Amino acid sequence: MATCPVCDADVENPDDPVVGELLTCDDCGCELEVLELKPLKLGEAPEAEEDWGE
Amino acid sequence: MKIGLLHSLIRKDEKLLLEAFKNASCELVMIDDRKLIMDFKSAPQVDVLLERSINHSRALHALRLFESIGIKCINKHDVATVCGDKILTTAALAEAGVAQPGSRVAFTEDSAIDAIEEMGYPVVLKPAVGSWGRLLSKVNDRDAAESILEHKTILGSYHHSVFYIQEYIEKAGRDIRTFVIGDECIAGIYRSSKHWITNTARGAEASNCEITPEIAEISLAAANAVGGGVVAVDLLESDRGLLVNEVNYTMEFKNSIDTTGVDIPARIVDHAIQEASR
Repeated sequence: MATCPVCDADVENPDDPVVGELLTCDDCGCELEVLELKPLKLGEAPEAEEDWGE
Repeated sequence: MKIGLLHSLIRKDEKLLLEAFKNASCELVMIDDRKLIMDFKSAPQVDVLLERSINHSRALHALRLFESIGIKCINKHDVATVCGDKILTTAALAEAGVAQPGSRVAFTEDSAIDAIEEMGYPVVLKPAVGSWGRLLSKVNDRDAAESILEHKTILGSYHHSVFYIQEYIEKAGRDIRTFVIGDECIAGIYRSSKHWITNTARGAEASNCEITPEIAEISLAAANAVGGGVVAVDLLESDRGLLVNEVNYTMEFKNSIDTTGVDIPARIVDHAIQEASR
């Protein structure tokens, strides 16, 4: 279990997490990024930029 | 065999690709574009680079630099260049004779107004570079046109003053997205919404679309027109038949696997391995 850096809620570990993975905090809805794996550390994901897309 | 995955954030789509790579007979090399430094003479040694960056500008430049030292890329830099710019996409489709909505390009507010009045209302104003249905404007009359053009000119960066104007196609609440890998159209979805913008990123719902010969033909023609590879083609159903709206070069597919029953990430991985073997 990791902690949301925005609202301090517990965030469930994703299956087979990878660094850079995008998660959403179920409590506050913020998008989070996996920064480190052991132990799982989360940071706020970057804001969408103008040239993001597919 | 080494396949590089150029990425930044790992979204659901990239996570699904990672899962598919676990079952593949190759070594996966993760390349985070936020940590990548390129010196114009070397790059991480991989047989093929699969580009999955979220930033168009990073993808574009990284692809060019990987290709410059002889690494095969999916997609090619030229494909990303064309697909990343709606004006270049329209030009490529026109050159290949692929059916698409009418469009105009103008470089000043006055000439853009003239173009819009000549086309007739409504029209759609789109940024040449942009995605996920952002900053699209359906322009219903001259008052709106003048206001939007002024806002784009004054508030936007310089490329928002290159005006890409597209004929508005009444699409009855849905469009079609197809997925092309190499020379095959592997799957398709309808994207349905009550809103005139039907991107799933904007809340449209996906449902399976059977790939008819007509859909396959125009999808492959569009893919070939932009240079081929792994692309998603957006189609509009019109009185004139199917029209190609856009072609996407870093296609998102997470909502389309269960919907279509096609393992799209596995097909992308298979394609990457085939390309690496050539």
